[in-house]
Amino acid sequence: MSGLILNSVTKEFGNFTAVDHVQLSVPHGTFVCMLGPSGCGKTTLLRMIAGLDLPTGGSIVLDGEDITAVPTHKRNLGMVFQSLALFPHLSVGENIAYPLRIRGVAREQQVKRVEELLAMIHLPGYADRPVTKLSGGQRQRVAIARALAISPKLFLLDEPLSALDAKLREAMQVELRKLQQQLGITTIVVTHDQREAMTMADTVVVMNGGKIRQAASPIEIYRRPADRFVADFIGSTNLMPLAVEGGRVTVLGQSVPGLTVPGGQASATVSVRPEDVHLAAPGEGRVTGRVTFIRDLGGVIETFVDIAGTEVIAVSTPRERPIVSVGQEVGIAIDPETAVVLTT
Amino acid sequence: MRREPPQRALDYAPLIFPAGMLILFFVVPFATMIAVSFFQRQQGGFYEPAFVFDNYARFLSTFFAGVLGFSLTLAISVAVVCVVLGLPFTYLLSRMRRKTQVVWLVALLSILSLSEVIIGFAWSTLFSRTAGITNLLVMLGLMEKPVALMPNFGAVLTGMTYQALPYTVLVLYPALVRLDPTLTEAARTLGASPIRAFFTVVVPALRNTILATLIMVFIFALGSYLLPQILGRPQHWTLSVLITDQAIYQSNMPFAAAMAVLLVLVTLALVALTLMVGRKGETA
Repeated sequence: MSGLILNSVTKEFGNFTAVDHVQLSVPHGTFVCMLGPSGCGKTTLLRMIAGLDLPTGGSIVLDGEDITAVPTHKRNLGMVFQSLALFPHLSVGENIAYPLRIRGVAREQQVKRVEELLAMIHLPGYADRPVTKLSGGQRQRVAIARALAISPKLFLLDEPLSALDAKLREAMQVELRKLQQQLGITTIVVTHDQREAMTMADTVVVMNGGKIRQAASPIEIYRRPADRFVADFIGSTNLMPLAVEGGRVTVLGQSVPGLTVPGGQASATVSVRPEDVHLAAPGEGRVTGRVTFIRDLGGVIETFVDIAGTEVIAVSTPRERPIVSVGQEVGIAIDPETAVVLTT
Repeated sequence: MRREPPQRALDYAPLIFPAGMLILFFVVPFATMIAVSFFQRQQGGFYEPAFVFDNYARFLSTFFAGVLGFSLTLAISVAVVCVVLGLPFTYLLSRMRRKTQVVWLVALLSILSLSEVIIGFAWSTLFSRTAGITNLLVMLGLMEKPVALMPNFGAVLTGMTYQALPYTVLVLYPALVRLDPTLTEAARTLGASPIRAFFTVVVPALRNTILATLIMVFIFALGSYLLPQILGRPQHWTLSVLITDQAIYQSNMPFAAAMAVLLVLVTLALVALTLMVGRKGETA
């Protein structure tokens, strides 16, 4: 298969397992975002793909070739570092031409390729400028152009946009995604910013504790999280305990028809996104609670409802929401379509 | 903190003490030396005030010019060898664990506590035929019989490199620790082998530090006068040895002063040249 395959890849530092038997298959041309809290092993995994760290177990296969033991400089990849790692002693053009120079590409071809790349990153005519004189966004683009100079098989980025301010970061996310689609290059980005992952990725890989918790499309990760961690980490959600008593499913002690628990377990957790929590009058089949706080943000209204000691947040637009006030008793319908039952 | 330039004469008051010390202990002795270099030497070891160029003229003889040339060659060799050995060593050191680094640095610093005399005699023992390192090689069967490795140029160079290497490492260390380790990693991902990454990224990025280190070791080595005498033959003696000889044993103070002044001038010229070459490379 063409693409990247991680086969039970493991990295141990002494007693600590940073990456624990990771199994992942990335088809050619896919944009993958590895997402997780700091220390979850995502950067270590990326460094192993790059060859900067060697796995203590498992294998890495690229386009059918086992590259586990191939040194970094022979892997023909492009990588953008968090610090960008632009060479301060070289100009913009020399930085971009560095991988070509190392490979002994003829001088005229180097110049031509640098011009192409500078046009691609919208910085034409910048070849002779010192990198130290560029703005953050420009340096970012130069680092991307340098990584793409040899048209690598794999494009790796380690928290590439974390140094930019919020506005520029959003713009660069869109630009990076467009660039990747235009080039059709297999791309792996490590990030802790879920917005970034949702914007750019074909596949989001959520990691925690050195393990992959879920690998799926952004919308599936959001709609159908695999476990409590993923549900809680991606976006905000309401997690409510769920129990099965004699074939009847109850949430916070109140019966909810239509919900099913797989595997015949006696207890689980149900995750409902705030925008899927619909307020209504208390009634049959609805979970009843009391409104404790209302935050009216103009465009959306957040309603905080206390149900037997658990706080549930409902987000809705002013038009679709019934008028409620603090202290009022309300019913919440849990729709089996949008609610996700999590057993782990 | 105050940022504006000093307004009144009184604002310069804090400078009086250091300025006074500099004048008293540096400017005055150096000016005296320059003055003495033009004095007329008298028989019997005295000299009288005059303004003659005899001392400088005498230096232009092939012998003394040759010694100056040798001194410069030796100092440049020591500087180059120190940087060539010290740079990769310090680079690897800066990538080690903190604890290992401390052990190495302490070991290196302890060399600085050794006097030049001890270093000289230790190396002369190590290089000797009777008790030297060649005896070890003989024991290991690598050599037929022990030989003396001194006195010669190599012995002088080794001794002086040993003495100057700790300084080299100490000057290079902070710059290498500050150097972003992802620079070499980036070079590796872009296709450079670790050795190529070292030469195409680490060395050029540290150009100015390397240049400063070369100049420092060069000047340090230029002043050495004990090790060449212990480990070398008379033809390996540096100008510093001859200056000492003239000033103390020949009692020819004006000539010694003239040689010292010339040594300083040539050194300054070489340093200026190095800096100029360095700056030109930077703008290019």
